[in-house]
Amino acid sequence: MNTATVIATKFSGLKLPQLDGTFFSNAIRLVALPAAGILAFLLLWSVTAQNIDTSLGKFPGPAAVMEQFNALHDEHQRSREKEQAFYERQEKRNAERVAKDPNYQPKIRAYTGKETFLDQIITSLVTVMSGFLLAVAIAIPLGITIGLSQALNNAINPIIQIFKPVSPLAWLPLVTMVVSALYTSPDPLVAKSFLNSLITVTLCCLWPMVINTAVGVAGIDKDLVNVSKVLRLPALRHVQKIVLPASVPMIFTGMRLSLGVAWMVLIAAEMLAQNPGLGKFVWDEFQNGSSDSLARIMAAVLVIGLIGFLLDRGMLALQKLVSWDKTAN
Amino acid sequence: MSVLLDISHIDMEFPTPKGPFTALRDVDLKIAQGEFVSLIGHSGCGKSTVLNVVAGLYQATRGGVILSGKEVTEPGPERAVVFQNHSLLPWLTAYENVELAVKQVFGKNKSKAEMREWIEHNLDLVHMSHAMHKRPDEISGGMKQRVGIARALAMQPKVLLMDEPFGALDALTRAHMQDSLMEIQAELNNTVIMITHDVDEAVLLSDRIVMMTNGPAATIGEILQVDLERPRHRLELADDPLYNQYRAKVLKFLHERHSKPDVPTKKSVPAKPNTAPAQTAGDIKETVDNAA
Ligand SMILES: Nc1ncnc2c1ncn2[C@@H]1O[C@H](COP(=O)(O)OP(=O)(O)OP(=O)(O)O)[C@@H](O)[C@H]1O
Ligand SMILES: [Mg+2]
Repeated sequence: MNTATVIATKFSGLKLPQLDGTFFSNAIRLVALPAAGILAFLLLWSVTAQNIDTSLGKFPGPAAVMEQFNALHDEHQRSREKEQAFYERQEKRNAERVAKDPNYQPKIRAYTGKETFLDQIITSLVTVMSGFLLAVAIAIPLGITIGLSQALNNAINPIIQIFKPVSPLAWLPLVTMVVSALYTSPDPLVAKSFLNSLITVTLCCLWPMVINTAVGVAGIDKDLVNVSKVLRLPALRHVQKIVLPASVPMIFTGMRLSLGVAWMVLIAAEMLAQNPGLGKFVWDEFQNGSSDSLARIMAAVLVIGLIGFLLDRGMLALQKLVSWDKTAN
Repeated sequence: MSVLLDISHIDMEFPTPKGPFTALRDVDLKIAQGEFVSLIGHSGCGKSTVLNVVAGLYQATRGGVILSGKEVTEPGPERAVVFQNHSLLPWLTAYENVELAVKQVFGKNKSKAEMREWIEHNLDLVHMSHAMHKRPDEISGGMKQRVGIARALAMQPKVLLMDEPFGALDALTRAHMQDSLMEIQAELNNTVIMITHDVDEAVLLSDRIVMMTNGPAATIGEILQVDLERPRHRLELADDPLYNQYRAKVLKFLHERHSKPDVPTKKSVPAKPNTAPAQTAGDIKETVDNAA
């Protein structure tokens, strides 16, 4: 057990019953207590919800939200069926025309129905991961270079310190304008809105990752650096064999931190800029103002939370897979 | 006796916020091929500093280190270091830790199979074959130190530098390690400089014991030649009058330093570097006289 958990159990004031078998105490700790917590929350939620009246009706309780989950699922199914039908019709029409006139070049149009909830989830996920990976590709080499060179650290540190506290949302208008100005290909590979969201995510991930990587690299045990010096490892091998593995725990700390913040910021950016994604879904529902809107927004909130949690767990699993330091949690 | 390593009149000053701090002044020592020399002295006197200068990790402010006729200017595998806290790479197994060194030193001259054999041979030498695929956090402190020694030996260094290699170990493990080290030394005839705090360890292992005065501006106070026949056995030596005489001499030196540590060195605090050297020379003479 690591010290954090020890301290947590010591000071939580909540004394777990000392059972003989660790199985029972584990079962209580891992299943019963969380289940009780969730149950209490649901109860509190439904009671509170009943007592809040909004202009769009009562605040949705768990039951109403569950209903909307089903509705959203059905909508998605129907939309997919429509899409399927659309493509079938198009194919058939094209086949007929080719049969009549062998020189006819069949036109293939993409289906342009409204995005479903699931589509929005996928858009947001793809955006956050792309922005995150771009940030990784920039931040880790940069962080390592800064961590290795005190001079470079002194030069770049003020810039990082100034940009770090800036909310990436403040960048959003600038990013939007720059992208519109520079990204003018007639047949764009990706949509401008996607690029805007992606760059916002990248900006948001960059600083924590650069800082953590640099701190990790600068803080490598001096003895290990001396080992490398005695062996006369060339610079690249030194980075590969000593620096990278030694700072993997810190790098991952930075990556998890950024991904968590990036997910929050992305939703806000999508709302603000009306870029496709979960944020747009929430905003559209809010503008829509039907009696189901609040329940649908609440459903989105839960999904956003769940995805944020899964992203963090995913990073942790990756860290455990990659890092030699198995004590992370 | 041909000199392999010449530590020639080195001074070491560290820049500190309060001005330069003179850690070493005029440390001068010649070491022959195959000799086992231990450095002993009170904590903080500058033993590690001497070792780091020889390793090339520090640059002496004055004087220099000459190894087989060439001046030492940077660290290198011909002066392998065994660090006090093993400093194995925690993400590599024992085998891989040694492999990193072997690949770097012999990568061009040995084939894959030869390297493998050489790594295993060195791990065998320190009796670590059974656990060579374990990581540092899966083996005991003594085992880690063994791997550290294997890694250093595998570089086939001209000089093996050891900074309190057994300092963190319990007495029993320590005795084991000392015996292992003597065996290896008898087989390979390495040239070794070892720092220790342990008087018995120094007498048991060394050909010469270099006793250092207290810092600041520490220097060599006295050198004791240990003429005990090899192989040495700790149990037999316990009753050997000569052994006990050596032991007493080292203890006496350390005790005198400890009871009045300031007397000989106070005069040569680093504040007046231009007047200090003469006094240091006097100090050395004084201590040698004392000991004689
Ligand atoms: N990098 C440094 N900068 C400033 N002062 C230093 C530095 N390294 C060592 N010193 C000083 O030099 C003196 C000698 O240090 P050193 O580590 O060589 O002592 P030591 O004999 O190895 O001690 P110990 O037995 O405790 O390991 C000490 O007073 C220490 O504070
Ligand atoms: Mg030391």
